[in-house]
Amino acid sequence: MDILLDILSWILLISGSFFTFTGAVGLFRFPDFFSRTHAASVTDTLGAGLILIGLMLQAGWGLVLAKLLLILVFSLLASTTACHAMAKAALKSGLKPLTYSDQENSAEETTSKH
Amino acid sequence: MFVIPAIILLVVMAIALARAFKGPTLYDRILAVNTFGTKTVLLIAIIDFLAGRPAFLDIAIVYALINFISVIGILRFFEFSSKTTIEEEP
Amino acid sequence: MLLSFLALTAIAITRMGDLFAVVMLSGIYSLLSASLFLDLDAVDVAFTEASVGAGISTLLFLATLKLVPRYEKKSRYKPALALGVVIVTGALLIYGTLDMPHFGDADAPVHQHVAPRYLNDSINEVGLPNVVTSVLASYRGYDTLGEVVVVFAAGIGVMSLLMVSQRTKARALTKVPADMQHQIILRIVAKMMLPLILIFALYVQFHGDYGPGGGFQAGVIFAAGIILYTMLFGLSLTQSVIKPVFVEMLTAFGVLLYSGVGIVCMILGGNYLDYDVLSHDPVHGQHLGILLIELGVGITVAAVMITLFFKFTWRTVKHKYNQ
Repeated sequence: MDILLDILSWILLISGSFFTFTGAVGLFRFPDFFSRTHAASVTDTLGAGLILIGLMLQAGWGLVLAKLLLILVFSLLASTTACHAMAKAALKSGLKPLTYSDQENSAEETTSKH
Repeated sequence: MFVIPAIILLVVMAIALARAFKGPTLYDRILAVNTFGTKTVLLIAIIDFLAGRPAFLDIAIVYALINFISVIGILRFFEFSSKTTIEEEP
Repeated sequence: MLLSFLALTAIAITRMGDLFAVVMLSGIYSLLSASLFLDLDAVDVAFTEASVGAGISTLLFLATLKLVPRYEKKSRYKPALALGVVIVTGALLIYGTLDMPHFGDADAPVHQHVAPRYLNDSINEVGLPNVVTSVLASYRGYDTLGEVVVVFAAGIGVMSLLMVSQRTKARALTKVPADMQHQIILRIVAKMMLPLILIFALYVQFHGDYGPGGGFQAGVIFAAGIILYTMLFGLSLTQSVIKPVFVEMLTAFGVLLYSGVGIVCMILGGNYLDYDVLSHDPVHGQHLGILLIELGVGITVAAVMITLFFKFTWRTVKHKYNQ
């Protein structure tokens, strides 16, 4: 049973760190702000969730489990909401998403505003 | 077993930091700061297991909270002062 | 690794002209230094750095930034002299570290003087698992009282600098719209999280005897929760929940509670802040005393932070709507 739990949490931790890493690559490489939000929120939900669940399997029953659960709930609620609010504020302040036609015109990043 | 995720998280933090330094618009910086904060929470949770000190988890919770609050504070700064531009000084 | 991040962030901060980006980067800086403290096993310090450095100071910086221009001014003088002084001081400090014992050396003077006594006897004398709390609140009670008074004095100073007249408030109430009206999801999630934040602050406050935490951190977290509410639902709504006068009185009440415990100790025949006399059993007395003074610390810190934020925000309101 213990070995099973270990293997399971190991898989979760590794896949969680993989998703976190892909998200970070996206955060760095994607061309404009909105696609970067997309990448970053993947790390926040999937990566953080998998890593925290993997840690939970290691923790066993107790206060540690409860605290990890609290962190999971917080990060699921808070970071996704923050991402949403950020994208909304950016859109409202006049930052335009990069569209296909923009990309044809110039391969550079657009930070157009009104 | 916890070492590999910890190292990956450090690399991710470095990348987010690079984005925060570079970020063409201010929103990119905010996004990078937010990502950096969540990754710090995860890193602390993992260090906690590496060091075997469950007390660290309290700090991770505080980070999660504070990160959320400060991102909202930064956003609100923009809502309030609509005159400020999103582009930065060259 | 973390240290190199720290250095990079510091360099980036100095090179940036946009004060707003500087504020965000200094938030990262605090997070990093807190992680560093964590690596050195200084849990309480990391806790304080996380809540004060990354949380409250970022918020207060932002509130200040609304009042001042956003971009740094070009400096009009050559900073060569200052650079020279800094380099000389740094060199002296590094020279000083050469004589210091190695990191973690058991024979270092730090570990010879009072530390063994604190570590060995505090379990019997104070009876708390967290030695930091017993040192902070019991052995070094005077120092902590001094810190609380400093926080109090700073709060009073800012309050008297940023006075806002009643007339402004009355006029502003009719004009200021509630902030972030259109961020509905944000408001609802924040509403869900607010009770959790406040409960967590209370947990940190009263769990300080057993784990990391205590009055300073709890006060700051509590204040951050209130500030979150203020940011999302507007100043006037918050002030109808918590009266500003009440908060200002709480500021003084915390200090009074702290020093009052000391005076009660004197009346009961002990020294000032000597908690042994508070109960029949000295250990129980210590527990009671530490709990009370931590409560005092927490109340003062939270009240001062909330008041500062209120004052700054009123000032901004006055600036913007009252010309």
